[in-house]
Amino acid sequence: MSKIRVEHLKYRYPSSEKLALDDLSFEVDEGEMIGIIGRNGAGKSTLCQAFVGLVPHFYRGAYGGKVVVSGLEVLKSSVSQLARRVGIVFQNPFTQVTGSKWTVYEEVAFGLENLGVPRKEMIDRIDYALQLLGMEKYRDRHPFDLSGGQMQRMAIASVIALQPEILVLDEPTSQLDPQGSEEVFRAVHRLREEGMTVILAEHNMEKIARYCNRVMLLDGGKIIDFASPASVFSRADLTRYGVVPPVYTRVCRELNAKREGSPHFPVTLEEACEVLKGR
Amino acid sequence: MSRVVVKDVCFSYRSGEEVLKGITLDFDEKSTAIIGQNGAGKTTFVKLLKGLLKPTRGEIYILGRSANEMTAAALAPFIGLVFQNPNDQIFRSTVLEEVMFGPLNIGEDPKGARKKAEEALEMVGLTEKASENPHDLRLSEKKLVCVASIVAMEPEILILDEPTIAQDHAGMAAIRQVIRRFKEQGKLVMGILHDMDFAAENFERVVVFHQGTVVADDDPREVFSRESLLQRAGLEVPHITRLGWSLGRKETFLTEAELIQSLRGEGSTDR
Ligand SMILES: Nc1ncnc2c1ncn2[C@@H]1O[C@H](COP(=O)(O)OP(=O)(O)OP(=O)(O)O)[C@@H](O)[C@H]1O
Ligand SMILES: Nc1ncnc2c1ncn2[C@@H]1O[C@H](COP(=O)(O)OP(=O)(O)OP(=O)(O)O)[C@@H](O)[C@H]1O
Ligand SMILES: [Mg+2]
Ligand SMILES: [Mg+2]
Repeated sequence: MSKIRVEHLKYRYPSSEKLALDDLSFEVDEGEMIGIIGRNGAGKSTLCQAFVGLVPHFYRGAYGGKVVVSGLEVLKSSVSQLARRVGIVFQNPFTQVTGSKWTVYEEVAFGLENLGVPRKEMIDRIDYALQLLGMEKYRDRHPFDLSGGQMQRMAIASVIALQPEILVLDEPTSQLDPQGSEEVFRAVHRLREEGMTVILAEHNMEKIARYCNRVMLLDGGKIIDFASPASVFSRADLTRYGVVPPVYTRVCRELNAKREGSPHFPVTLEEACEVLKGR
Repeated sequence: MSRVVVKDVCFSYRSGEEVLKGITLDFDEKSTAIIGQNGAGKTTFVKLLKGLLKPTRGEIYILGRSANEMTAAALAPFIGLVFQNPNDQIFRSTVLEEVMFGPLNIGEDPKGARKKAEEALEMVGLTEKASENPHDLRLSEKKLVCVASIVAMEPEILILDEPTIAQDHAGMAAIRQVIRRFKEQGKLVMGILHDMDFAAENFERVVVFHQGTVVADDDPREVFSRESLLQRAGLEVPHITRLGWSLGRKETFLTEAELIQSLRGEGSTDR
Protein backbone atom coordinates (compact mmCIF):
# COMPACT_ATOMS: atom_id res chain seq x y z
CA MET A 1 0.00 0.00 0.00
CA SER A 2 1.30 3.45 -0.80
CA LYS A 3 2.60 5.57 2.08
CA ILE A 4 2.10 8.84 0.26
CA ARG A 5 -0.53 9.54 -2.36
CA VAL A 6 -0.72 12.83 -4.22
CA GLU A 7 -3.57 13.54 -6.63
CA HIS A 8 -3.61 16.60 -8.87
CA LEU A 9 -1.97 18.79 -6.25
CA LYS A 10 -1.96 22.47 -7.18
CA TYR A 11 -0.75 25.21 -4.91
CA ARG A 12 -0.18 28.95 -5.11
CA TYR A 13 1.35 31.15 -2.37
CA PRO A 14 -0.95 34.04 -1.35
CA SER A 15 1.53 36.69 -2.50
CA SER A 16 2.16 35.05 -5.84
CA GLU A 17 0.36 34.88 -9.17
CA LYS A 18 1.84 31.67 -10.47
CA LEU A 19 1.43 28.13 -9.23
CA ALA A 20 4.34 26.88 -7.10
CA LEU A 21 3.03 23.32 -7.55
CA ASP A 22 1.24 22.60 -10.77
CA ASP A 23 -0.89 19.46 -10.96
CA LEU A 24 1.30 16.84 -9.29
CA SER A 25 0.16 13.22 -9.07
CA PHE A 26 2.30 10.36 -7.76
CA GLU A 27 2.57 7.67 -5.13
CA VAL A 28 5.37 6.62 -2.80
CA ASP A 29 5.60 3.19 -1.16
CA GLU A 30 6.67 2.46 2.39
CA GLY A 31 10.45 2.24 2.73
CA GLU A 32 11.22 4.18 -0.42
CA MET A 33 13.73 7.01 -0.46
CA ILE A 34 12.76 9.64 -3.00
CA GLY A 35 15.15 12.35 -4.17
CA ILE A 36 13.62 15.62 -5.31
CA ILE A 37 15.81 17.61 -7.67
CA GLY A 38 15.43 20.75 -9.75
CA ARG A 39 16.79 24.26 -10.11
CA ASN A 40 16.36 26.96 -7.44
CA GLY A 41 12.67 27.83 -7.33
CA ALA A 42 11.51 24.59 -8.95
CA GLY A 43 9.17 23.86 -6.03
CA LYS A 44 11.15 21.35 -3.96
CA SER A 45 10.72 23.05 -0.59
CA THR A 46 7.08 23.81 -1.31
CA LEU A 47 6.40 20.13 -2.01
CA CYS A 48 8.27 19.14 1.16
CA GLN A 49 6.04 21.47 3.17
CA ALA A 50 2.93 20.02 1.51
CA PHE A 51 3.70 16.63 3.16
CA VAL A 52 3.75 18.13 6.67
CA GLY A 53 0.76 20.42 6.15
CA LEU A 54 2.59 23.75 6.37
CA VAL A 55 1.30 24.04 2.80
CA PRO A 56 -1.52 25.05 3.02
CA HIS A 57 -2.25 25.38 6.77
CA PHE A 58 0.57 27.77 7.66
CA TYR A 59 1.19 29.58 4.37
CA ARG A 60 -2.50 29.67 3.31
CA GLY A 61 -2.90 30.44 -0.40
CA ALA A 62 -4.83 28.55 -3.08
CA TYR A 63 -4.84 24.77 -2.82
CA GLY A 64 -6.35 22.09 -5.00
CA GLY A 65 -6.14 18.31 -5.22
CA LYS A 66 -5.27 15.89 -2.48
CA VAL A 67 -2.26 14.77 -0.44
CA VAL A 68 -2.58 11.68 1.76
CA VAL A 69 0.32 10.79 4.09
CA SER A 70 0.17 7.50 5.96
CA GLY A 71 -3.60 7.51 5.82
CA LEU A 72 -4.17 11.16 6.78
CA GLU A 73 -5.47 13.63 4.29
CA VAL A 74 -3.32 16.73 4.73
CA LEU A 75 -6.06 19.26 4.03
CA LYS A 76 -8.34 17.71 6.67
CA SER A 77 -5.65 17.19 9.32
CA SER A 78 -3.94 19.67 11.59
CA VAL A 79 -0.20 20.28 11.48
CA SER A 80 0.18 18.75 14.95
CA GLN A 81 -1.76 15.61 13.94
CA LEU A 82 0.47 15.27 10.91
CA ALA A 83 3.58 15.81 13.04
CA ARG A 84 2.96 12.43 14.68
CA ARG A 85 3.54 10.72 11.34
CA VAL A 86 5.73 13.07 9.32
CA GLY A 87 8.88 14.90 10.43
CA ILE A 88 10.69 17.60 8.49
CA VAL A 89 14.21 19.00 8.59
CA PHE A 90 14.09 22.49 7.09
CA GLN A 91 16.45 23.86 4.48
CA ASN A 92 17.77 26.52 6.83
CA PRO A 93 18.62 25.11 10.28
CA PHE A 94 18.27 28.55 11.81
CA THR A 95 14.52 28.44 11.12
CA GLN A 96 14.25 25.10 12.89
CA VAL A 97 15.51 26.35 16.26
CA THR A 98 12.62 27.17 18.60
CA GLY A 99 14.46 30.13 20.14
CA SER A 100 12.80 29.39 23.48
CA LYS A 101 15.09 26.67 24.82
CA TRP A 102 18.26 27.13 26.82
CA THR A 103 20.13 23.98 25.89
CA VAL A 104 20.63 21.65 22.95
CA TYR A 105 19.11 18.88 25.06
CA GLU A 106 15.89 20.80 25.72
CA GLU A 107 15.74 21.76 22.08
CA VAL A 108 15.80 18.10 21.00
CA ALA A 109 13.31 17.22 23.75
CA PHE A 110 10.83 19.87 22.61
CA GLY A 111 9.13 17.89 19.82
CA LEU A 112 8.97 14.75 21.96
CA GLU A 113 7.26 16.62 24.79
CA ASN A 114 4.67 17.81 22.31
CA LEU A 115 4.01 14.25 21.23
CA GLY A 116 3.61 13.19 24.85
CA VAL A 117 6.31 10.51 24.74
CA PRO A 118 6.86 8.89 28.19
CA ARG A 119 9.82 10.28 30.16
CA LYS A 120 12.02 7.16 30.09
CA GLU A 121 11.56 6.62 26.38
CA MET A 122 12.16 10.29 25.74
CA ILE A 123 15.56 10.15 27.43
CA ASP A 124 16.56 7.08 25.40
CA ARG A 125 15.52 8.66 22.13
CA ILE A 126 17.29 11.97 22.84
CA ASP A 127 20.49 10.18 23.84
CA TYR A 128 20.34 8.07 20.71
CA ALA A 129 19.74 11.02 18.39
CA LEU A 130 22.43 13.22 19.96
CA GLN A 131 24.93 10.40 19.76
CA LEU A 132 24.00 9.62 16.16
CA LEU A 133 24.73 13.22 15.17
CA GLY A 134 27.89 13.53 17.29
CA MET A 135 26.28 16.18 19.48
CA GLU A 136 26.47 14.61 22.98
CA LYS A 137 29.25 16.89 24.07
CA TYR A 138 27.19 19.98 23.28
CA ARG A 139 24.03 18.84 25.09
CA ASP A 140 24.21 21.63 27.66
CA ARG A 141 25.22 24.34 25.17
CA HIS A 142 22.83 27.18 24.28
CA PRO A 143 21.36 26.40 20.82
CA PHE A 144 22.56 29.69 19.36
CA ASP A 145 26.13 29.27 20.63
CA LEU A 146 26.78 26.53 18.08
CA SER A 147 28.59 26.62 14.76
CA GLY A 148 26.37 26.47 11.65
CA GLY A 149 27.04 22.79 11.08
CA GLN A 150 26.42 21.94 14.73
CA MET A 151 23.08 23.73 14.52
CA GLN A 152 22.14 21.68 11.47
CA ARG A 153 23.17 18.50 13.32
CA MET A 154 20.90 19.52 16.21
CA ALA A 155 18.00 20.11 13.79
CA ILE A 156 18.42 16.64 12.30
CA ALA A 157 18.69 15.06 15.76
CA SER A 158 15.44 16.77 16.84
CA VAL A 159 13.53 15.19 13.98
CA ILE A 160 15.15 11.74 14.12
CA ALA A 161 14.23 11.58 17.84
CA LEU A 162 10.57 11.84 16.81
CA GLN A 163 10.87 8.56 14.88
CA PRO A 164 8.39 9.65 12.20
CA GLU A 165 6.95 7.17 9.72
CA ILE A 166 7.84 9.60 6.97
CA LEU A 167 11.00 11.69 7.13
CA VAL A 168 11.18 14.78 4.94
CA LEU A 169 14.66 16.27 4.52
CA ASP A 170 15.11 19.61 2.75
CA GLU A 171 18.83 19.92 1.95
CA PRO A 172 19.62 18.50 5.37
CA THR A 173 23.41 18.41 5.20
CA SER A 174 24.38 21.54 3.24
CA GLN A 175 26.40 22.84 6.20
CA LEU A 176 27.80 19.55 7.41
CA ASP A 177 31.42 18.61 6.89
CA PRO A 178 31.86 15.85 4.29
CA GLN A 179 32.16 12.97 6.75
CA GLY A 180 29.31 14.28 8.89
CA SER A 181 27.13 14.46 5.82
CA GLU A 182 27.99 10.91 4.80
CA GLU A 183 27.27 9.68 8.33
CA VAL A 184 23.82 11.29 8.25
CA PHE A 185 23.05 9.65 4.93
CA ARG A 186 24.15 6.26 6.25
CA ALA A 187 21.99 6.71 9.33
CA VAL A 188 18.99 7.65 7.20
CA HIS A 189 19.64 4.61 5.05
CA ARG A 190 19.48 2.39 8.14
CA LEU A 191 16.21 4.01 9.23
CA ARG A 192 14.86 3.33 5.78
CA GLU A 193 15.80 -0.32 6.07
CA GLU A 194 13.74 -0.38 9.25
CA GLY A 195 10.75 0.83 7.21
CA MET A 196 10.91 4.60 7.34
CA THR A 197 9.88 6.40 4.16
CA VAL A 198 12.22 9.23 3.20
CA ILE A 199 11.76 12.28 0.99
CA LEU A 200 14.93 14.24 0.26
CA ALA A 201 15.29 17.56 -1.58
CA GLU A 202 18.94 17.97 -2.45
CA HIS A 203 21.41 19.60 -4.83
CA ASN A 204 24.15 17.04 -4.16
CA MET A 205 23.49 14.65 -7.03
CA GLU A 206 26.17 12.16 -5.98
CA LYS A 207 24.29 11.62 -2.71
CA ILE A 208 20.93 11.35 -4.50
CA ALA A 209 22.31 8.76 -6.90
CA ARG A 210 23.83 6.74 -4.09
CA TYR A 211 20.95 6.71 -1.63
CA CYS A 212 17.64 7.24 -3.42
CA ASN A 213 15.72 4.51 -5.22
CA ARG A 214 13.73 7.02 -7.28
CA VAL A 215 14.30 10.59 -8.36
CA MET A 216 11.68 13.26 -9.05
CA LEU A 217 12.77 16.04 -11.37
CA LEU A 218 10.74 19.22 -10.86
CA ASP A 219 10.70 22.38 -12.93
CA GLY A 220 8.30 25.29 -12.68
CA GLY A 221 6.24 23.32 -10.15
CA LYS A 222 5.68 20.43 -12.57
CA ILE A 223 6.97 16.86 -12.53
CA ILE A 224 9.29 16.46 -15.51
CA ASP A 225 10.37 12.94 -14.65
CA PHE A 226 9.99 10.45 -11.81
CA ALA A 227 12.12 7.35 -12.30
CA SER A 228 15.30 5.56 -11.26
CA PRO A 229 18.43 7.67 -10.70
CA ALA A 230 20.09 6.02 -13.71
CA SER A 231 17.21 6.90 -15.97
CA VAL A 232 16.79 10.50 -14.79
CA PHE A 233 20.51 11.26 -14.74
CA SER A 234 21.00 9.79 -18.21
CA ARG A 235 18.58 12.28 -19.77
CA ALA A 236 20.39 14.26 -22.42
CA ASP A 237 18.21 17.32 -21.73
CA LEU A 238 18.87 17.48 -17.97
CA THR A 239 20.77 20.78 -18.09
CA ARG A 240 17.68 22.40 -19.63
CA TYR A 241 16.11 21.95 -16.21
CA GLY A 242 19.06 23.54 -14.43
CA VAL A 243 20.41 20.23 -13.15
CA VAL A 244 23.78 18.62 -13.75
CA PRO A 245 24.13 14.85 -13.19
CA PRO A 246 26.64 13.28 -10.77
CA VAL A 247 30.29 13.66 -11.74
CA TYR A 248 30.46 9.89 -12.42
CA THR A 249 27.71 10.22 -15.01
CA ARG A 250 29.34 13.28 -16.59
CA VAL A 251 32.67 11.51 -17.05
CA CYS A 252 31.05 8.35 -18.46
CA ARG A 253 28.85 10.35 -20.81
CA GLU A 254 31.86 12.24 -22.11
CA LEU A 255 33.60 8.92 -22.81
CA ASN A 256 30.38 7.28 -23.99
CA ALA A 257 30.85 4.48 -21.46
CA LYS A 258 27.69 2.52 -20.63
CA ARG A 259 27.14 -0.80 -18.97
CA GLU A 260 26.74 -3.57 -21.45
CA GLY A 261 23.09 -3.92 -22.40
CA SER A 262 21.99 -0.87 -20.41
CA PRO A 263 20.52 2.22 -21.99
CA HIS A 264 21.75 4.32 -19.04
CA PHE A 265 25.02 5.81 -17.89
CA PRO A 266 26.53 4.93 -14.50
CA VAL A 267 25.51 7.19 -11.61
CA THR A 268 27.66 5.97 -8.72
CA LEU A 269 31.39 5.50 -8.11
CA GLU A 270 31.07 1.72 -8.20
CA GLU A 271 29.16 1.69 -11.46
CA ALA A 272 31.55 4.15 -13.09
CA CYS A 273 34.53 2.04 -12.04
CA GLU A 274 32.92 -1.03 -13.52
CA VAL A 275 32.53 0.48 -16.98
CA LEU A 276 35.76 2.48 -16.99
CA LYS A 277 37.98 -0.27 -15.59
CA GLY A 278 40.95 -1.02 -17.78
CA ARG A 279 41.07 2.37 -19.45
CA MET B 1 53.09 40.84 -0.79
CA SER B 2 51.23 39.89 2.39
CA ARG B 3 47.62 41.02 2.52
CA VAL B 4 46.76 39.33 5.77
CA VAL B 5 49.17 38.33 8.49
CA VAL B 6 48.02 36.23 11.43
CA LYS B 7 50.47 35.67 14.27
CA ASP B 8 49.84 33.09 16.95
CA VAL B 9 46.18 33.95 17.31
CA CYS B 10 44.09 32.39 20.06
CA PHE B 11 40.42 32.86 20.79
CA SER B 12 37.80 31.58 23.20
CA TYR B 13 34.11 32.40 23.53
CA ARG B 14 34.16 31.24 27.14
CA SER B 15 37.13 30.88 29.48
CA GLY B 16 38.76 27.49 29.54
CA GLU B 17 37.45 26.49 26.09
CA GLU B 18 39.94 27.62 23.50
CA VAL B 19 38.38 27.58 20.03
CA LEU B 20 41.48 28.78 18.15
CA LYS B 21 44.78 27.56 19.53
CA GLY B 22 47.62 29.61 18.10
CA ILE B 23 46.98 30.18 14.40
CA THR B 24 49.83 31.57 12.32
CA LEU B 25 49.13 32.22 8.63
CA ASP B 26 50.22 34.62 5.94
CA PHE B 27 48.02 35.37 2.92
CA ASP B 28 49.22 36.93 -0.31
CA GLU B 29 46.82 37.33 -3.25
CA LYS B 30 46.44 33.58 -3.78
CA SER B 31 42.77 32.54 -3.56
CA THR B 32 42.36 30.28 -0.55
CA ALA B 33 39.83 27.65 0.46
CA ILE B 34 39.42 27.00 4.18
CA ILE B 35 38.08 23.56 4.94
CA GLY B 36 37.51 21.58 8.14
CA GLN B 37 35.10 19.76 10.39
CA ASN B 38 32.01 21.40 11.93
CA GLY B 39 33.18 23.41 14.90
CA ALA B 40 36.83 23.48 13.79
CA GLY B 41 36.88 27.28 14.15
CA LYS B 42 36.61 28.45 10.51
CA THR B 43 33.84 31.00 11.01
CA THR B 44 35.45 32.23 14.21
CA PHE B 45 38.72 32.72 12.32
CA VAL B 46 37.21 34.87 9.57
CA LYS B 47 35.20 36.91 12.09
CA LEU B 48 38.54 37.73 13.73
CA LEU B 49 39.98 38.84 10.37
CA LYS B 50 36.95 41.04 9.83
CA GLY B 51 37.38 42.59 13.29
CA LEU B 52 34.04 41.34 14.59
CA LEU B 53 35.84 39.42 17.33
CA LYS B 54 39.15 40.30 18.97
CA PRO B 55 41.80 37.67 19.65
CA THR B 56 42.50 36.72 23.23
CA ARG B 57 46.16 36.49 22.22
CA GLY B 58 48.21 37.18 19.10
CA GLU B 59 48.07 39.71 16.31
CA ILE B 60 46.29 40.21 13.01
CA TYR B 61 47.37 42.63 10.27
CA ILE B 62 45.07 43.53 7.39
CA LEU B 63 46.92 45.27 4.54
CA GLY B 64 49.56 46.33 7.02
CA ARG B 65 47.14 47.70 9.61
CA SER B 66 46.79 46.14 13.04
CA ALA B 67 43.27 44.73 13.23
CA ASN B 68 43.51 44.47 17.01
CA GLU B 69 43.46 48.24 17.26
CA MET B 70 40.77 48.86 14.64
CA THR B 71 37.02 48.54 14.82
CA ALA B 72 35.09 46.40 12.34
CA ALA B 73 33.73 49.62 10.87
CA ALA B 74 37.22 50.98 10.23
CA LEU B 75 38.19 47.71 8.53
CA ALA B 76 35.04 47.57 6.40
CA PRO B 77 36.43 49.29 3.29
CA PHE B 78 39.27 46.75 3.05
CA ILE B 79 37.75 43.44 3.99
CA GLY B 80 34.30 42.09 3.18
CA LEU B 81 32.71 39.02 4.76
CA VAL B 82 29.68 37.15 3.45
CA PHE B 83 28.12 35.53 6.51
CA GLN B 84 27.35 31.82 6.78
CA ASN B 85 23.77 32.60 7.82
CA PRO B 86 22.27 35.24 5.52
CA ASN B 87 19.73 36.23 8.18
CA ASP B 88 22.64 37.69 10.20
CA GLN B 89 23.47 40.03 7.35
CA ILE B 90 20.16 41.14 5.82
CA PHE B 91 18.29 44.05 7.41
CA ARG B 92 17.00 46.46 4.73
CA SER B 93 13.55 46.34 3.19
CA THR B 94 14.48 46.02 -0.48
CA VAL B 95 17.20 44.06 -2.19
CA LEU B 96 18.60 47.17 -3.88
CA GLU B 97 18.79 49.12 -0.61
CA GLU B 98 20.42 46.14 1.03
CA VAL B 99 23.14 45.98 -1.61
CA MET B 100 23.59 49.78 -1.69
CA PHE B 101 24.02 49.96 2.06
CA GLY B 102 27.65 48.78 2.06
CA PRO B 103 29.00 51.20 -0.55
CA LEU B 104 27.06 54.10 1.03
CA ASN B 105 28.39 53.17 4.41
CA ILE B 106 32.00 53.44 3.27
CA GLY B 107 31.46 56.87 1.77
CA GLU B 108 30.27 56.24 -1.77
CA ASP B 109 27.78 58.84 -3.10
CA PRO B 110 24.22 57.61 -3.78
CA LYS B 111 24.65 57.56 -7.54
CA GLY B 112 27.89 55.60 -7.39
CA ALA B 113 26.49 53.24 -4.77
CA ARG B 114 23.48 52.52 -6.94
CA LYS B 115 25.63 51.76 -9.94
CA LYS B 116 27.85 49.38 -7.98
CA ALA B 117 24.82 47.71 -6.42
CA GLU B 118 23.19 47.17 -9.79
CA GLU B 119 26.38 45.73 -11.23
CA ALA B 120 26.76 43.38 -8.28
CA LEU B 121 23.14 42.21 -8.57
CA GLU B 122 23.62 41.59 -12.25
CA MET B 123 26.71 39.50 -11.53
CA VAL B 124 24.76 37.16 -9.25
CA GLY B 125 21.70 37.13 -11.53
CA LEU B 126 19.31 38.97 -9.19
CA THR B 127 18.59 42.11 -11.22
CA GLU B 128 14.91 41.23 -11.39
CA LYS B 129 14.60 40.97 -7.61
CA ALA B 130 15.99 44.47 -6.91
CA SER B 131 12.72 45.89 -5.57
CA GLU B 132 11.69 42.83 -3.54
CA ASN B 133 12.01 42.48 0.22
CA PRO B 134 15.10 40.35 0.85
CA HIS B 135 13.39 38.62 3.77
CA ASP B 136 10.85 37.13 1.35
CA LEU B 137 13.49 35.51 -0.81
CA ARG B 138 14.45 31.85 -0.75
CA LEU B 139 17.64 30.83 1.08
CA SER B 140 19.61 30.50 -2.17
CA GLU B 141 18.64 34.02 -3.23
CA LYS B 142 19.30 35.51 0.21
CA LYS B 143 22.76 34.08 0.09
CA LEU B 144 23.37 35.66 -3.33
CA VAL B 145 22.06 39.01 -2.04
CA CYS B 146 24.66 38.80 0.71
CA VAL B 147 27.36 38.06 -1.84
CA ALA B 148 26.24 41.03 -3.98
CA SER B 149 26.20 43.32 -0.92
CA ILE B 150 29.86 42.67 -0.31
CA VAL B 151 30.88 42.62 -3.98
CA ALA B 152 29.35 46.11 -4.37
CA MET B 153 31.83 47.42 -1.77
CA GLU B 154 34.74 46.25 -3.92
CA PRO B 155 36.90 45.29 -0.93
CA GLU B 156 40.55 44.34 -1.41
CA ILE B 157 39.86 41.14 0.51
CA LEU B 158 36.70 39.08 0.00
CA ILE B 159 35.73 36.30 2.40
CA LEU B 160 32.87 33.92 1.61
CA ASP B 161 31.58 31.75 4.48
CA GLU B 162 29.96 28.71 2.82
CA PRO B 163 28.75 30.55 -0.30
CA THR B 164 27.48 27.45 -2.09
CA ILE B 165 24.78 26.55 0.48
CA ALA B 166 21.46 25.88 -1.29
CA GLN B 167 22.78 26.87 -4.73
CA ASP B 168 21.81 25.05 -7.89
CA HIS B 169 24.09 24.79 -10.91
CA ALA B 170 23.43 28.39 -12.00
CA GLY B 171 24.00 29.74 -8.49
CA MET B 172 27.31 27.87 -8.29
CA ALA B 173 28.31 29.38 -11.62
CA ALA B 174 27.49 32.88 -10.32
CA ILE B 175 29.69 32.36 -7.29
CA ARG B 176 32.47 30.94 -9.43
CA GLN B 177 32.21 34.07 -11.56
CA VAL B 178 32.53 36.37 -8.53
CA ILE B 179 35.61 34.50 -7.37
CA ARG B 180 37.15 34.68 -10.83
CA ARG B 181 36.48 38.41 -11.10
CA PHE B 182 38.19 39.15 -7.79
CA LYS B 183 41.14 36.95 -8.75
CA GLU B 184 41.52 38.80 -12.07
CA GLN B 185 41.64 42.07 -10.19
CA GLY B 186 44.49 40.70 -8.11
CA LYS B 187 42.37 40.69 -4.96
CA LEU B 188 42.48 38.08 -2.23
CA VAL B 189 39.49 35.73 -2.05
CA MET B 190 38.99 33.31 0.83
CA GLY B 191 36.17 30.78 0.89
CA ILE B 192 35.03 28.45 3.65
CA LEU B 193 33.64 25.34 2.00
CA HIS B 194 32.23 21.90 2.72
CA ASP B 195 32.03 21.16 -1.00
CA MET B 196 35.41 19.63 -1.75
CA ASP B 197 34.78 19.56 -5.52
CA PHE B 198 34.22 23.31 -5.52
CA ALA B 199 37.26 23.93 -3.33
CA ALA B 200 39.48 21.84 -5.60
CA GLU B 201 38.34 23.55 -8.78
CA ASN B 202 38.27 27.18 -7.76
CA PHE B 203 41.10 27.90 -5.33
CA GLU B 204 44.88 28.07 -5.55
CA ARG B 205 45.58 27.25 -1.93
CA VAL B 206 43.83 25.09 0.67
CA VAL B 207 44.09 25.52 4.44
CA VAL B 208 42.77 22.73 6.66
CA PHE B 209 41.49 23.61 10.12
CA HIS B 210 41.15 20.94 12.76
CA GLN B 211 40.08 21.56 16.35
CA GLY B 212 41.33 25.12 16.36
CA THR B 213 44.66 24.51 14.63
CA VAL B 214 45.92 24.49 11.06
CA VAL B 215 46.90 20.94 10.08
CA ALA B 216 47.64 21.49 6.37
CA ASP B 217 48.32 24.47 4.14
CA ASP B 218 49.32 23.88 0.54
CA ASP B 219 48.15 23.91 -3.05
CA PRO B 220 44.96 21.89 -3.63
CA ARG B 221 46.64 18.97 -5.38
CA GLU B 222 48.99 18.49 -2.47
CA VAL B 223 46.31 18.78 0.21
CA PHE B 224 43.83 16.52 -1.58
CA SER B 225 46.55 13.88 -1.99
CA ARG B 226 46.74 13.45 1.76
CA GLU B 227 43.85 11.11 2.36
CA SER B 228 44.63 10.04 5.91
CA LEU B 229 45.04 13.63 7.04
CA LEU B 230 41.72 14.58 5.44
CA GLN B 231 40.13 11.56 7.07
CA ARG B 232 41.28 12.70 10.49
CA ALA B 233 39.95 16.21 9.85
CA GLY B 234 36.40 15.04 9.01
CA LEU B 235 36.92 15.64 5.30
CA GLU B 236 36.93 13.67 2.06
CA VAL B 237 38.76 13.91 -1.24
CA PRO B 238 36.86 15.43 -4.20
CA HIS B 239 34.65 12.98 -6.13
CA ILE B 240 36.84 13.21 -9.20
CA THR B 241 39.98 12.46 -7.19
CA ARG B 242 38.29 9.39 -5.72
CA LEU B 243 37.24 8.18 -9.16
CA GLY B 244 40.77 8.62 -10.53
CA TRP B 245 42.31 6.66 -7.68
CA SER B 246 39.66 3.96 -7.93
CA LEU B 247 40.63 3.51 -11.56
CA GLY B 248 44.22 2.94 -10.54
CA ARG B 249 45.59 6.37 -11.39
CA LYS B 250 48.37 7.62 -9.16
CA GLU B 251 47.82 11.32 -9.74
CA THR B 252 45.42 13.46 -7.80
CA PHE B 253 42.94 14.81 -10.34
CA LEU B 254 41.09 17.96 -9.40
CA THR B 255 38.83 18.48 -12.40
CA GLU B 256 36.74 16.37 -14.74
CA ALA B 257 38.77 17.59 -17.70
CA GLU B 258 42.01 16.27 -16.17
CA LEU B 259 40.61 12.81 -15.56
CA ILE B 260 38.89 12.57 -18.93
CA GLN B 261 42.13 13.49 -20.65
CA SER B 262 43.96 10.78 -18.75
CA LEU B 263 41.26 8.17 -19.51
CA ARG B 264 41.43 9.02 -23.18
CA GLY B 265 45.13 8.28 -22.98
CA GLU B 266 46.07 11.79 -23.97
CA GLY B 267 49.13 13.14 -22.20
CA SER B 268 48.76 10.75 -19.30
CA THR B 269 51.59 11.08 -16.85
CA ASP B 270 50.98 7.62 -15.42
CA ARG B 271 53.82 5.18 -15.46
N1 LIG C 1 6.77 32.01 1.19
C1 LIG C 1 6.63 32.19 -0.12
N2 LIG C 1 5.80 33.14 -0.61
C2 LIG C 1 5.65 33.33 -1.93
N3 LIG C 1 6.27 32.60 -2.88
C3 LIG C 1 7.10 31.63 -2.46
C4 LIG C 1 7.34 31.38 -1.07
N4 LIG C 1 8.22 30.36 -0.95
C5 LIG C 1 8.51 30.00 -2.22
N5 LIG C 1 7.85 30.75 -3.12
C6 LIG C 1 7.90 30.61 -4.58
O1 LIG C 1 7.48 29.32 -4.93
C7 LIG C 1 8.30 28.77 -5.97
C8 LIG C 1 8.93 27.47 -5.50
O2 LIG C 1 9.84 27.77 -4.44
P1 LIG C 1 10.55 26.66 -3.57
O3 LIG C 1 11.15 27.34 -2.39
O4 LIG C 1 9.61 25.55 -3.32
O5 LIG C 1 11.70 26.17 -4.57
P2 LIG C 1 12.93 25.16 -4.32
O6 LIG C 1 12.89 24.20 -5.44
O7 LIG C 1 12.88 24.63 -2.95
O8 LIG C 1 14.18 26.14 -4.51
P3 LIG C 1 15.64 26.12 -3.80
O9 LIG C 1 16.48 25.16 -4.58
O10 LIG C 1 16.12 27.54 -3.98
O11 LIG C 1 15.47 25.76 -2.38
C9 LIG C 1 9.29 29.85 -6.33
O12 LIG C 1 8.82 30.56 -7.43
C10 LIG C 1 9.32 30.72 -5.09
O13 LIG C 1 9.67 32.05 -5.41
N1 LIG D 1 28.64 32.31 20.26
C1 LIG D 1 29.31 31.23 20.67
N2 LIG D 1 29.44 30.95 21.99
C2 LIG D 1 30.11 29.86 22.41
N3 LIG D 1 30.70 28.97 21.59
C3 LIG D 1 30.62 29.20 20.28
C4 LIG D 1 29.91 30.32 19.74
N4 LIG D 1 30.00 30.27 18.40
C5 LIG D 1 30.70 29.17 18.10
N5 LIG D 1 31.07 28.51 19.22
C6 LIG D 1 31.88 27.28 19.30
O1 LIG D 1 33.16 27.53 18.75
C7 LIG D 1 33.60 26.43 17.95
C8 LIG D 1 34.00 26.96 16.58
O2 LIG D 1 32.85 27.46 15.93
P1 LIG D 1 32.89 28.01 14.44
O3 LIG D 1 31.57 28.60 14.17
O4 LIG D 1 34.09 28.87 14.26
O5 LIG D 1 33.09 26.65 13.64
P2 LIG D 1 33.16 26.35 12.08
O6 LIG D 1 34.49 25.74 11.78
O7 LIG D 1 32.79 27.57 11.31
O8 LIG D 1 32.04 25.22 11.94
P3 LIG D 1 30.90 24.95 10.83
O9 LIG D 1 31.57 24.17 9.73
O10 LIG D 1 29.91 24.09 11.54
O11 LIG D 1 30.34 26.26 10.39
C9 LIG D 1 32.46 25.42 17.94
O12 LIG D 1 32.74 24.32 18.77
C10 LIG D 1 31.26 26.19 18.44
O13 LIG D 1 30.41 25.37 19.20
MG1 LIG E 1 14.18 24.81 -1.35
MG1 LIG F 1 31.14 28.07 10.14
